[in-house]
Amino acid sequence: MAQSTAEQLAERTPPESGGHAHGDEHAQHPFLAHHFDNPRHQFESGKLGIWLFLTTEVLFFGGLFCAYAIYRSLHPEIFVYAHYYLDTFWGAINTGVLIVSSLTAAWAVRNAQLGERNKLIFNIIATIVLACCFLCVKYVEYSHKFHDNVLPGRHFNPTHEAWELESYKKAHGEHAHVGPAHGLPSQGVPVEAPPPQAAVPPQAAVPPQAVPPQGVPVVPAAEPQATGAAVPGAPPVPGAAQPPAPMPGADGHTAAAPGTAKQPPPGALPRPRHVSVFFSIYFFMTGLHGVHVVAGIIMWLWILRRAIRGEFGPQYFGAVDYAALYWHLVDLIWIYLFPLLYLIH
Amino acid sequence: MTYQSKSHATSRSPISGAHAGDSHKDELAHVMPVRLLVGVWVALMILTVVTVAVTSVDLGSRANLIVAMAIATVKAGLVVTYFMHLRWDRPFNALVFVGSLLFVTLFISMTLFDKSEYEQDIDEMYLLQGK
Repeated sequence: MAQSTAEQLAERTPPESGGHAHGDEHAQHPFLAHHFDNPRHQFESGKLGIWLFLTTEVLFFGGLFCAYAIYRSLHPEIFVYAHYYLDTFWGAINTGVLIVSSLTAAWAVRNAQLGERNKLIFNIIATIVLACCFLCVKYVEYSHKFHDNVLPGRHFNPTHEAWELESYKKAHGEHAHVGPAHGLPSQGVPVEAPPPQAAVPPQAAVPPQAVPPQGVPVVPAAEPQATGAAVPGAPPVPGAAQPPAPMPGADGHTAAAPGTAKQPPPGALPRPRHVSVFFSIYFFMTGLHGVHVVAGIIMWLWILRRAIRGEFGPQYFGAVDYAALYWHLVDLIWIYLFPLLYLIH
Repeated sequence: MTYQSKSHATSRSPISGAHAGDSHKDELAHVMPVRLLVGVWVALMILTVVTVAVTSVDLGSRANLIVAMAIATVKAGLVVTYFMHLRWDRPFNALVFVGSLLFVTLFISMTLFDKSEYEQDIDEMYLLQGK
């Protein structure tokens, strides 16, 4: 690669440095670094640099997409169950916000190339404002999840089961709840299990512990005697059959904690084992993406300062172009994150 | 402006369409026409609406995923080709970027081949723990 770059530079340098003395060009272009022959040389070098950086970014996120692909292919039921906790509306709004900001970023590059200083400043400000909008929406989504304990790993202890959520009722309200009709694999779906320390050997099962029959696919057979029994700390759910006793905790939590896996109403999805894996993936991927958005805002503020000083013009706009390329990559990653996380069928 | 000689235009990327749109002879790179920018943006917005709408149509979980990924890939293609003006960029830069996508594909697909190898061990572990 280094060689090919050198070749490219070699084949382009002679005609450009031919008629011009070095000193002239550097006097003419205040932002032409001394190790570049001319503005084109500088621009193309920077461009290759930013593309190489974007390559590392793609590979960086690639690892996370790989984790996503493995978990989703092994345990689609986790993703189906967990996606009800995400609000498609806000996800779609954020997708639109990022696409508009991509437009303003691409437009800013055009403005810089044509030396339209005021339009450039406007488009950069618009990009920054839209990026802040994106973060505000993310803040709303995150704080909602923090409030409801919809968190990764052992902190996953939601106040509502998926079938108690509006998004679930909206999707399933009109249908009668019939177990296998959800497009789920109807066999072999492991449901939420008690924590290891609460586990008892099968031959010494203690009756009040009410260990759910694991390995048996779906539990939801309604227990008539249990209907209406109140679980301390959990709001009674109309129409939902409550377990006779609080089930052993989910994901390492104590047995009586509110929000541990409840018995689903007939036909509804039981909580699969390790739903928290989805939220580990969700928070890591969207969080890393959010960090990139924050970095983008800082970068755009710097570009804005330089644009206000009038540093960009037809011979020097590389910084705006590179910033926009980075910004488009951030948009690109969200374009995949949105359907993968929010739009699970 | 005065410095830039006309001969630079010939050393630009040989991709066809390099001079399409409102071409400016003295530029270091292709300038995107406003109409094209807005057109691509409209297409991206429409595709976003389509991908949300198609989720409510039951095509089976696999087909829904494939459709969603296909739409996302079309959107990504539009962003890369036009917003990132890779179409008018040097082919080597395109090679660098597409190369990274190929390696990510390789990475994910090779890992997926292996994914079921340990599932049995995990199930056995849960069985031993009495779950």
